[in-house]
Amino acid sequence: MAEDVLAPLAGKVLSVAVGVGDVVEEDDELLVLEAMKMETVVYAPADGIVGTITVQVGQQVEEDDPLMTLE
Amino acid sequence: MAFFDQLGILAVTPGMVVMWVVALTLIYLAIGREYEPLLLLPIGFGVLVANLPLTGLMTPGEGLIWRFYHYGVEWEVIPPLIFLGLGAHTDFGPLLSQPRLIFLGAAAQGGVYATFFAAQAFGFTLQESATIGIIGGADGPTTIFLAAQLAPHLLGACAVAAYSYMALVPIIQPPIMRLLTTEQERKIRMKKARKVTAREKLWFPVTATIVILLLVPASAPLMAMFMLGNLFRESKVVERLTDTVQNALMNITTIFLGVAVGATMSADAFLRGDVIFIFGLGLAAFCVSTACGLLLAKLMNLFTNDKINPLVGAAGVSAVPMAARVAHKVGAEADKKNYLLMFAMGPNVSGVIGTVVAAGIFLTMLG
Repeated sequence: MAEDVLAPLAGKVLSVAVGVGDVVEEDDELLVLEAMKMETVVYAPADGIVGTITVQVGQQVEEDDPLMTLE
Repeated sequence: MAFFDQLGILAVTPGMVVMWVVALTLIYLAIGREYEPLLLLPIGFGVLVANLPLTGLMTPGEGLIWRFYHYGVEWEVIPPLIFLGLGAHTDFGPLLSQPRLIFLGAAAQGGVYATFFAAQAFGFTLQESATIGIIGGADGPTTIFLAAQLAPHLLGACAVAAYSYMALVPIIQPPIMRLLTTEQERKIRMKKARKVTAREKLWFPVTATIVILLLVPASAPLMAMFMLGNLFRESKVVERLTDTVQNALMNITTIFLGVAVGATMSADAFLRGDVIFIFGLGLAAFCVSTACGLLLAKLMNLFTNDKINPLVGAAGVSAVPMAARVAHKVGAEADKKNYLLMFAMGPNVSGVIGTVVAAGIFLTMLG
């Protein structure tokens, strides 16, 4: 059952720490967003395997935009 | 011989040398520590050149920097233009999506008023006390705007205090935040509030202008410009203008403001006993404002099931977006998945309005 990881706030994707197929645990670092000149890390909401990554570095996202899916 | 009469070096006083040290310190803080460099660098340089004798830079009626000061600051042109740019940078979405957060921005003005009364106890006049109090609003242009009208002789000191403390928000606020909140409270996750439509964000500056100007007309120069900038931004049809006021205009006015404010700090104006009190009271204002924002959030939590994380109350101190970032960071220390930043922007931007209203009230009663 896939779970969407949504952007917790609007910002620009600075870096993505995982790749498709990586095994992650809850609270692992997934990617870094930049907002208000501050870096915010997005953490995994649950254990899983990274399915699809829907954003790329440099992309501007809005709050609640899908970032990636976890299987 | 005329040449030797004009040699600046012979006219240097010890006070001036002290001010050179102050100037170089400000410049170091700006460049070496990156404390508010956009303001502290030109201010520091202004202090330096104002304390090099016989230059005529600050001669009333003729001096180059005097002209920047007179036409830009004394005539109250530059602070409103800076607000035009700030309004264009401001997103009222987070505030509109949870309007109750506006009370936190209002509460965070508590330090302004508390310091207003405290300063009088130290012997400052009403006008001077208001100017020192407004430092607690963490808003540079508003501080300068108020000082130029109520207490011009304190303008330099108050401006430097305000910008220095704004740069130090990440150091000043967290201890107070941890002192006045429990770990449990800091972990509060706030419920995502409703989405704000573009139309609401468009109506806001217009409505706010009408309401605020009708109630506190003296705040108009700053508030009208702030809301106009915001209207430019939200209309989305004047991107050229929005871009100009966000960038070129803000940069130009910041340059003139910084140099002019720094140049008011001649040795006679700055090296007086009052200045220590100004810095002390200014710091107190910041601290009390932070505390008031935190405490009101805690109070509001007694009356609602939809809890507010008290840390965002501290962001009512309108150092935008610095105070919001600090609220987020302290929250993340308690729970790294707690994303408080956008919630904290609500009180942060409403604090700007709160400080301008406070300044307007002071001007109405004391101007």
